[in-house]
Amino acid sequence: MEKGKNFVIGVYDEETVLMSAVEEIRSKGVKIHEVYTPYPVHGLDNALGYSYSNLPIAAFLFGICGTITALTMMIWMLGFDWPMDIGGKPHIPLPAFIPITFELTVLFCALGMTGTFFVASNLNPWSTPNMFDPRTTDDKFVIAFDLASTKQDSAQLKSILSETGASEVTTKSLEN
Amino acid sequence: MQVTSSVRPPLVTNGKSKHDVTNDICKQVEGAPSTAWKISFAMALITLFYGGYCLWTTWYEGIGMWGLNKTIGWSWDITNFVWWVGIGHAGTLISAVLLLFRQKWRTSINRAAEAMTIFAVICAATFIIAHMGRPWVGHWVLPFPNNNGSLWQNFNSALMWDVFAISTYFTVSLVFWYVGLIPDFATIRERATGVRRKIYGALSMNWDGSAKTWSRYEAVSLVLAGVSTPLVLSVHTIVSMDFATSLIPGWHTTIFPPYFVAGAIFSGFAMVLTLMLVIRVVFGLEDYITINHIESMNKIIVLTGSVVGIAYITEFFIAWYSGVPYEKYAFINRAFGPYWWAYASMMTCNVISPQMFWFKKVRTSIAWTFGLSIIVNIGMWFERFVIICTSLHRDYIPSSWAMFSPTLYDVGDYLFTFGLFFTCFLLFAKYFPVVNMAEVKTIIDSSSEKK
Repeated sequence: MEKGKNFVIGVYDEETVLMSAVEEIRSKGVKIHEVYTPYPVHGLDNALGYSYSNLPIAAFLFGICGTITALTMMIWMLGFDWPMDIGGKPHIPLPAFIPITFELTVLFCALGMTGTFFVASNLNPWSTPNMFDPRTTDDKFVIAFDLASTKQDSAQLKSILSETGASEVTTKSLEN
Repeated sequence: MQVTSSVRPPLVTNGKSKHDVTNDICKQVEGAPSTAWKISFAMALITLFYGGYCLWTTWYEGIGMWGLNKTIGWSWDITNFVWWVGIGHAGTLISAVLLLFRQKWRTSINRAAEAMTIFAVICAATFIIAHMGRPWVGHWVLPFPNNNGSLWQNFNSALMWDVFAISTYFTVSLVFWYVGLIPDFATIRERATGVRRKIYGALSMNWDGSAKTWSRYEAVSLVLAGVSTPLVLSVHTIVSMDFATSLIPGWHTTIFPPYFVAGAIFSGFAMVLTLMLVIRVVFGLEDYITINHIESMNKIIVLTGSVVGIAYITEFFIAWYSGVPYEKYAFINRAFGPYWWAYASMMTCNVISPQMFWFKKVRTSIAWTFGLSIIVNIGMWFERFVIICTSLHRDYIPSSWAMFSPTLYDVGDYLFTFGLFFTCFLLFAKYFPVVNMAEVKTIIDSSSEKK
């Protein structure tokens, strides 16, 4: 996806250094392409100015779909398509429909939201990961600048990274 | 930069760094299987094949191979089903409920506990499918258009609720577990070469750990935890309704849902402890699964064990207070009838023995914890046997009173699930990261012991 593009990357060793670096770089008005971390860093999304994910809204909508599916299914099947007399009870006993309605709400919500997450984040077995440094899945943090979309040149970006505490600074292009 | 709290004991001991976490966990996945693993796996496979033979015979000949009779129509099969489902509950409780309560100690045990959940639910489902008698038409429980009418399922039945509850629970637990595994598969991928890199690459969904993806990942985890919490409570509630919505004395009680849920958490934590105490030694994870973790789990066991104890006493009181002669008789027969030994085992294992955990020395002793965790699991099996069998064996006509004796096939089918469970668990322990590396790394700065 990002083939052939050139990036300037800085490797950071500590979470706290990374956080202050992100804040400092953003205050200078330099556009960060993305930050790569081995684990979720608390507050990093705010520091990068990302808005809170809309996935919970998707989850809610999928959940509603589950509720509607379950109720429609049971009411239509037992109330209209083939009403059965079970111990003289009503054909559409809503309280008895609560358990299955709840279960299908949860099922649709969980599957729908996770599916949306995979699609939105391009997570699938055939995509190519943007790995700037394999150590970002171990214990290092990487800030990447896309040279095509920043005003600064490579040398300026490298000095910004070193000033903010990066332990290694390099230029990389994603080949794989 | 590590900060050590003066208030809370460290969650990871021996000054582990984030890189050590990666090394210690990946080591298990990358190395050749140990002799101990091979022997255990062989034993699990032998059990699986012997049990598989018994299960096949049960399927082929019908459930007449079991010791059931016209009075006792549910016995070991449903006992084992409820037992396995109950065990599964601890995994979801640890990963979802403790996540919502921000309990950091869950991070090093949630992965294996969730795996336990998934395998336990598969084992539970085995009994339901076997009990159908004609497993090849097992799909008839699902509402799909058919040429019998279409004739639909009875959605008012607690057994139908169970179909939806168990299948939803299995699916959602699997999704939750898998989402948590993705970042760790990426860690293994980056250390691997050749075919292994391809396999773990596909399993990791080509995760790259960008801040945006992590932000979404956290939103997904939180919502999944939020929906899993009522889900796990609903599952055992619905399992208890299989009994509570019937008219059998001893089953027809409103206390069943909370009492079953507490019992499920109780037995599940006991099983997690049994497994963890073995894993931490075999895989050298003593620095991640510490005495502190074991003590926290023991505290939950003493709490839920006491809830279960109070439920037993309440049942007795209500049986007397109800004034219903059948209800009274069912309970007197439970405690003093021919199955008194099962009732006594249940009381000793579930109510009396976990009270030992009030003592800190017992709570923090590995030998005591291991022994008691097994006793609790035996006790919880007896609880389900007592509820199911003693309520059925003396029905309204004394001429039809009966006793239950298991056949080789009852035992064999139970062994099958043990074989299945341990085969799956051993494969998981060898090829998947047994501790959630990414989550443990988040607590290293705040909760790791300084060297």
